Formats: sequence, C-alpha cells, structure tokens
Amino acid sequence: MSIRERLSGNEAAATAMKQINPDVVAAFPITPSTEIPQYFSTFVDNGVVDTEFVAVESEHSAMSACIGAEAAGARAMTATSANGLSLMWEMIYIASSLRLPIVLSLVNRAVSGPLNIHCDHSDAMGVRDAGWIMLFSENNQEAYDNLLMAHRIAENENVQLPLMVCQDGFITSHSIENIQLEEDEEVKKFVGTYKPKHYLLNDKEPIAVGPLDLQGFLFEHKAQQAEAMKNAKDVILKVSEDFEKWTGRHYGLFEEYMLEDAEIAIVCINSTAGTTKFVIDNLRKQGVKAGLLKLRVFRPFPSTEIAKALSHLKAVAVLDRADSLNAIGGALYSDITSSMYTENVHVPMVNYVYGLGGRDTKSTDIESVFNDLQEIVKTNKVENPYRYLGLRKEEK
Amino acid sequence: MAYNLKEVVAKKPSRFTEGHRMCAGCGAPPVARMVMRALKEEDHAVVAVATGCMEVSTFIYPYTSWTDSFIHTAFECAGATLSGAEAAYVSMKKQGKLPKDKNTKFIAFGGDGGTYDIGLQSLSGAMERHHDMVYVCYDNGAYMNTGIQRSSATPKFADTTTSPAGSVIPGKMQSRKDLTEIMASHHLPYVAQTIAVNNFKDLYEKSEKAIYTEGPCFLNVLSPCPRGWGYPTDMLMQINKLAVDTCYWPLYEVVDGKYKITYKPAKKLPIEEFLKPQKRFKHMFKPGNEWMIEEFQKEVDRRWQELLDLESIS
Repeated sequence: MSIRERLSGNEAAATAMKQINPDVVAAFPITPSTEIPQYFSTFVDNGVVDTEFVAVESEHSAMSACIGAEAAGARAMTATSANGLSLMWEMIYIASSLRLPIVLSLVNRAVSGPLNIHCDHSDAMGVRDAGWIMLFSENNQEAYDNLLMAHRIAENENVQLPLMVCQDGFITSHSIENIQLEEDEEVKKFVGTYKPKHYLLNDKEPIAVGPLDLQGFLFEHKAQQAEAMKNAKDVILKVSEDFEKWTGRHYGLFEEYMLEDAEIAIVCINSTAGTTKFVIDNLRKQGVKAGLLKLRVFRPFPSTEIAKALSHLKAVAVLDRADSLNAIGGALYSDITSSMYTENVHVPMVNYVYGLGGRDTKSTDIESVFNDLQEIVKTNKVENPYRYLGLRKEEK
Repeated sequence: MAYNLKEVVAKKPSRFTEGHRMCAGCGAPPVARMVMRALKEEDHAVVAVATGCMEVSTFIYPYTSWTDSFIHTAFECAGATLSGAEAAYVSMKKQGKLPKDKNTKFIAFGGDGGTYDIGLQSLSGAMERHHDMVYVCYDNGAYMNTGIQRSSATPKFADTTTSPAGSVIPGKMQSRKDLTEIMASHHLPYVAQTIAVNNFKDLYEKSEKAIYTEGPCFLNVLSPCPRGWGYPTDMLMQINKLAVDTCYWPLYEVVDGKYKITYKPAKKLPIEEFLKPQKRFKHMFKPGNEWMIEEFQKEVDRRWQELLDLESIS
C-alpha cells in the first residue's frame, strides 16, 4: 500500500535514502542539497538506518570516500549541488571508470561564478560526459521514484556505472508537495541487496583497483565504459517496467505530453516541464496543437527515440537551463539537433537558454516560446536559433 | 614488539612483492615492505596509495606488487578514499555482512606531495574523523614523480626544478613544513617519525604499533630519492643513517600526546655530513655560501631542541 504524504524534494530524497538503507553515506553540506545529509544524519543518529555516515571535510572527499566504500563492497550514496559537484569533478570521472555504482542525489544549482545559490542545470551539464547515468525529475515524486530505481539500474551487471538523480534546487527541493511513498519493506524488496562480484573487503580474493593504465589498455577500458552506458538504456526501461508493476507509476526514457498529435513542441527537463504542461493545457483549449517532450534519461541519451518522437512536428523549441557559452547553444539542444541529423529527421528547431541562477520561468515565458514556434511554422524560417528566455533587456 | 630481522624476514612472506619499477636506491620500497610486514599474517589489509612514484611503479595494469587489497584513486585523496573503505568495513561488519572472525586493517601511503601538500586536507579530515587506519607518508622531500619539483617538505636551499639554485636565488628559500607536528596536533592515539635504519627496527616497531593501535595513526618516514637528492644508489642506507645522526630527521613517537624520542645519537654529527653527499645541496659548499650551512645547522638545532623540550614536558 502506498502512503500519502506531503514532503519537500529534499525530504523525498532523504526518505528514499532511508528506505534504501545504504551501507555508507559520505556528504558535505551545500545549499540547496544540505537538508539531505541533515535529514539522513538524524536517521543515522536515531538508529533508523544501518549506515555509517562519513561527515567529510569537502565534496572532493565525499566522492573519494564513496569510491573507497563502494570499491570495498558497500552501497554508497551522497548528495550535492553546484560547486560541490564541481569540486567532485575529478572523482566523478574516477568513480565511473572504476565501474562503481554509486548513487548521487544532485539538487541542481548554478555553478559559480558569480556566486548564486539558486536553480539552473550548469552543475549537471558540467559532468554530462563523465560516464554517469543521469536521471532528471520534474517533482518530488519523480526524485523519490528515480532514487528507488537507481541501484537496480546502476548495479546491473551489464551496466555497473554510477548514477545521479537530478531535481531542481529550491523549486522542487524546498517545495512541499503531495507524494506517494512506498512501504519500507516493499522498497527493501524492490531495491534488493548489493552483491558485488569483486570487492576490497573480500579477504579471500584480494583485488587491486585503480591502476596506472597505459597506452596498451586505457582505450579498451574506456570502450567498455561506453558499452556499459549503451547497455544502460534497456536496463532503465526494464527496471522502470518492474517499478510500474509495483507502484503503478509509469516511467520511460522521456515523457510525451500531448505530443502525439502536436504540431509544435517544447523539449525540457525537470520542473519547467510542469509549467509547460500547464501552458499546453490552456493552448489546447484555444485549439493550438502544442506538446511537450520531457526528458527523464539524459545519459544514456535516447537519441533514436527522441528523433522519432519529434519527427512529425512542424517546429521544436529546446529549453536549456544552462548556457554552454560556446556561441552555438545549450547542451540539450546540441544533443537533440545532432540526434535529429543522425536520424535524418529535419524539423525547424530553436534553442532557448532560460532560468539561469534561479530566474523565474513563468507561464507567460513558456507561452512566448509557443508563440515563437507558431511564427516559425508560419514563415518556415528560423532566425537566430540560439536565444534567451526571460533575459532582462537593458534600456539603451 | 620484540623484533628480530632474520626471524621476521624468514617467517613472514613479503606482502609487497618484487618486480615493481621503483628506482634502484629509492628509499620508498623498503618502507612499503616493512610497514606491510608489520601486519599479523592472519590479517588482511586494504591499502590506499596516493598518485605518485609508489603508485605508478607498483600497479601498472595488469600487474601489481601488492598481495593485499589495494586502491588508488587520485593524488590528493588517499586519506578520504581509505576512510570510505574503512567506513564500509565498520558498517558491513556491524550488519553481519562480513565474517566476524576476520580482521582487515587499513593502511594509506602517500608521498610528501600527496600528504604535506595537495592531500593535507583529505588526510586531516580522515584523522579528525577517527577512522581506524594508518597513514604512512614516505617523505622524499619533493615532487619526485613529476621530476623533482619543490614541495613544502623540501628543505631550505635544496636545488629542485622549481626552486633551482640560481645565481640570484640559491635554491628553495623557505624552511620545511613539520607535518609530524601537525599530525601530533590532531591529538591522535599514535604519531611517529621514523626511517629505515638499524635493521629496520625502528620502522618495523612503529609500523606495528601504528597498525595495531585503534584509531587514526600517522607515520612520517623519510625516504631518500637518489634522483632528486643526487646520491649514489648504493648509499641509501648511509644517507638514512646520516639523517638521524645529524638530527635532521629525529626519530620519535607521540603516544596519546606523550613525546618519546626513540633514538638519540651518542654524537650528534654536523649537518654537513648529511648535506655533502647530496647534489641538491652542492651549491651550499661553494666558497662564500658558508652562511647557508650555518643557517641550516641552526634550524636543525632549534628543531631538535624543541623536540627535547617537548619530550621533557610531556
């Protein structure tokens, strides 16, 4: 039986972690994810979980300790945001290259500088090619559900990659919403126990981890990582299917909202999808065939599936909550346009960089994007595909 | 703690095997071998090594010199990496996920680069959090792996590739950081400074104490580097001896805050004896540079006296 609750996104993540009951959690506080280790320490100190909580002195050490713990044979988890993830960056790559299924709860926040504590996705986008599976969550329910599925995906023997579950800082991490929680026992059953094949604490089979890997081997090892990332797609779908059988909540690689018969659509991730759905509902009442593709699985990138899902549209806007500062557009836009090209699908596309540093993205902003798309359809022309949404225009 | 070299060597198999690629005359391999030998045969160990000479020469895929479990992650985080492994052990043991009757010990190795400098924060954190582990710094006084760049462990006036003895600036112009004292200030149950001398007795016994004292323990071991110091490879053991007989590298331990100097040379040799065989100090012996040797001697004397004082008051 599901339990109806009201929780913030951070509470939802901490609750999932409590129910998963990992062997080790190593974390360092950083806004807006600080509450996760706070709540979790309370579970530890009240004996609710079996976890050893390692209150490290930095995020670099948080990820290093998670690597040490996971390699030792433990299930290790952590949480962070923005600069915390930046400080982990070196170890993020090492975690995936050692094929350690560590699970990280990332509460998205703008990476400095300048210093800002609010939501954007520059932290996640900075590690998008680091060999981690990346799941995004529209709301607290999805953050909770993604975490419950995380270990089954990451620990699968054909995958063995670390995984991060992303949600929007403050927008969902600090907003209290209704949520369906699952029973502790049921979670335990679904998540299962971690049985690594090789681990440091197995005294019967000592192993060496993290070699100097020279010209003769590194290339093959990287190719194995790439293969594991490809394998992850089917595993994610299989685990999501099992999850749906258990909870009734459906998850795929992405969510299609009013997309099937749509003529124009927005592609976005995390909480902005909620605002977009609200706008679509209103536009549909006015007869505008608007739709949404909300990406859940960003790594591995479901390129064929996305190209197919967008192929019938007359115009598409991709929303990036992080600027790539590369003079061509955001990361999501680049991945989607190259997917479309590869699949030989041509749909006029436009990119909007929006919401940086927590800038509010209102329904009127989303409406303006759909208006622009209608204009593109009418004129069949895309002028300047690299645009900003919600940027204040300075008076001249 | 009774120690007989022949007996130990004969009875205990080495847990750090031959075939590694450390240089001839390097001080670090005997340190690794002796520390690992101090483990009880029946105990298993998880070893974490910071990036550096020791790591890149002992674990080149697909070969390893370590018979125990081993992990290397990066340069600055051997302390944090091992603390994660130790936390896993505590957690899994508590939950009955590991055999009850088997002990695993946790030992980290890092050079002075990975310990005094880039890894100091990670080390300090791991020690403060009281993980049951030993951190061994093999201090060769510079970043040797990247080609002899100065570190905070490099002694004053030493000629390194980033503090070359130039015509205006004669080598490194700053004194060596005292890491052993920094670790003592963490109020750990066991901190010691040692070196491979006198049949390794001091090193072996301190390693044994560090491994089998519960809680975080720290060993600082001077490990000469023939490439960086510029001595003939067959002179390693003499250099070690001169380091302690000149009191450049005093041997002592701090047990629960109590200082004990474990070796006091009957005749404290002048510092020139230690400096002279090393090319990195060659410029100090040029006419007109006598002041450098005098200053070096003063600093050694001051630090030795400080240690004597600490011993007498603690």
